[in-house]
Amino acid sequence: MENQVTGIKERNKSASASLLKKNIRKFLNNRLAMVGLVVIIVMVAACVAGALMGVDYNTPDLSNMKAGPSGEHLFGTDTIGRDLFARVLYGGCYSILIGVLCAVLSNVIGAALGAVAGYFGGKVDKLLVRVSEIFQAFPQLVLVMMIVAIMNQRGLGNLLFIFVITGWMTTFRMVRNEYLSLKNETYVKVCEAFGMSNRRIMFGQILPNVMSPIIVSTTTNVAFFILQEAALSFIGLGVADSTPTWGNILNAAKSVAVVTNQWWIWVFPGLAITLFVLAINFFGDGLRDVLDAKQQ
Amino acid sequence: MKQQEKEILFQIRDLRTWFPITKGSFKKVVGHVKAVDGVSLDVYRGETLGVVGESGCGKSTLGKSIMMLEKPTGGQSLFRYGNDFKDVTKFSREEMFQFRCKVQMVFQDPYSALNPQKKIYTSFEEPLIVHGIKSQQEREELMSRALRMVNIQPDYLMRYPHEFSGGQRQRLCIARALEVMPEVLVCDEPVSALDVSIQAQVLNLMKDIQKELRLTYIFIAHDLSVVQYMSDRIAVMYLGKVVELADSRALYDDPMHPYTRALLSAIPVPDIHNPKKRQVLEGEVPSPIRKPTGCAFHNRCPHCTERCKTEDPPLRAKAGDETHLVACHLYDAAVSS
Repeated sequence: MENQVTGIKERNKSASASLLKKNIRKFLNNRLAMVGLVVIIVMVAACVAGALMGVDYNTPDLSNMKAGPSGEHLFGTDTIGRDLFARVLYGGCYSILIGVLCAVLSNVIGAALGAVAGYFGGKVDKLLVRVSEIFQAFPQLVLVMMIVAIMNQRGLGNLLFIFVITGWMTTFRMVRNEYLSLKNETYVKVCEAFGMSNRRIMFGQILPNVMSPIIVSTTTNVAFFILQEAALSFIGLGVADSTPTWGNILNAAKSVAVVTNQWWIWVFPGLAITLFVLAINFFGDGLRDVLDAKQQ
Repeated sequence: MKQQEKEILFQIRDLRTWFPITKGSFKKVVGHVKAVDGVSLDVYRGETLGVVGESGCGKSTLGKSIMMLEKPTGGQSLFRYGNDFKDVTKFSREEMFQFRCKVQMVFQDPYSALNPQKKIYTSFEEPLIVHGIKSQQEREELMSRALRMVNIQPDYLMRYPHEFSGGQRQRLCIARALEVMPEVLVCDEPVSALDVSIQAQVLNLMKDIQKELRLTYIFIAHDLSVVQYMSDRIAVMYLGKVVELADSRALYDDPMHPYTRALLSAIPVPDIHNPKKRQVLEGEVPSPIRKPTGCAFHNRCPHCTERCKTEDPPLRAKAGDETHLVACHLYDAAVSS
């Protein structure tokens, strides 16, 4: 009897992991998502490995400027003779880092504010919605230029800052709507009846039910921010030239001469971006299928 | 006589819960939905007080106001602490937190009352953690104790809510409310979401639990037969007011208020040789925003007089029976003449 009373948790350890196992199995069966995951892993691993091994991405090989792909330079060299393969690997680290950091930060901010707005409603909600609309109305490009002008330099920090403050609104609105409907669920009332604190109900009870859309939007946002970074760097407002990112490498291909004569300078970074963004979107779609509780 | 031996647990005095209706961007209050409008009740320890009424008459809001899930607009709700009464509506945060252990609630919809993302174990454990039971062993003991009362195996705790049927879920909800060892259980239509065969099972279970723990139930329902089966006393509500309050037997045998009569005549009788004459009320329930003056029921009442249109009848005892309260001018006249 004593044995039976204690350790309900202990005895049922195996059963408790079953839902996770089921979800993993479901994900493994989704071929497209698996391909996406594999591509993501391979690319991230390659970039990190390249960076860790310290490939030389910055020394110009002056005798080999604008050389096509060869055994020595796998992806060829750029306009001032730097090895493109090394630059794509190194640039991948930065691009992916920017994408992931911005997506996570903006989603955390969006989710937190959305939770507060949706759960408390009333004046707080009104205020936050207005604030989000104001941020929405800011043209990102002008903001980037302003920051570059004010800080008088281009860098990772600028980009992070801009992306996060202009990127949290979609998550904010989504999370707010979820909270607005979920706060009327009976289990929330039950928790109130037990005297749980607002914070506990918001983050302990409701958040787990909103987690899957947040995770999905974070993954798709990673892709979005990588593209944004590429676009801004391409027009020369992104990260400083000395730091390679996928967008910065593409920057070299601004001149028509390069586009027509040295295809490898823009094809390889472009391919890297496309492949990674596609892979992330496939992965995100797969996650959505698995995590959507309504389908279970 | 019997009433005096009983201990009053709750004294609800003129409780009002109004919801403001606002208009325009400046939130000007243009009116109120008077969901609960001056309810006075006593709840005795160990009894089941049934609350009946049509949809929208304020039963659920009354339950929530007693639980303080909706903050009442006015009035008092006095709860017994030892020999004293304390006004729940004026509780501080800390007092309210303690009060939550004394009075618990079972909700109508068992399908959304358990967090779908959490194992039952977690849903059960969290209230105990919040209420400061630190050792896991102690928590599990309390949880198994509550579960044994509703005949559910403790091992089921590791499952997710979607693995249970409606009846099982409602039993789980009852068990969860019992975990903190409350004195009063406010049951807001606890069986109306279940099918009839399961209803009986849950109701019997609730009766057994009441006997075992000497619980007090405030049982809100719209199903008259369910209320009759469960309750010792019954309060009939109409438009946010209690119109009649009596012992269950007395109310069903001798309903006094015209509204109660109409309500009771709606119970189908399974006897073709003894067809009961159904008293059909005319008109619609008036809006709780613009209530009729005088007696709220006067525009539908077959016995309406001039006095009913202007003067709101108070809830007062029937002549010769202190426990049978009714709010109707008809009986006033009988008393005075």
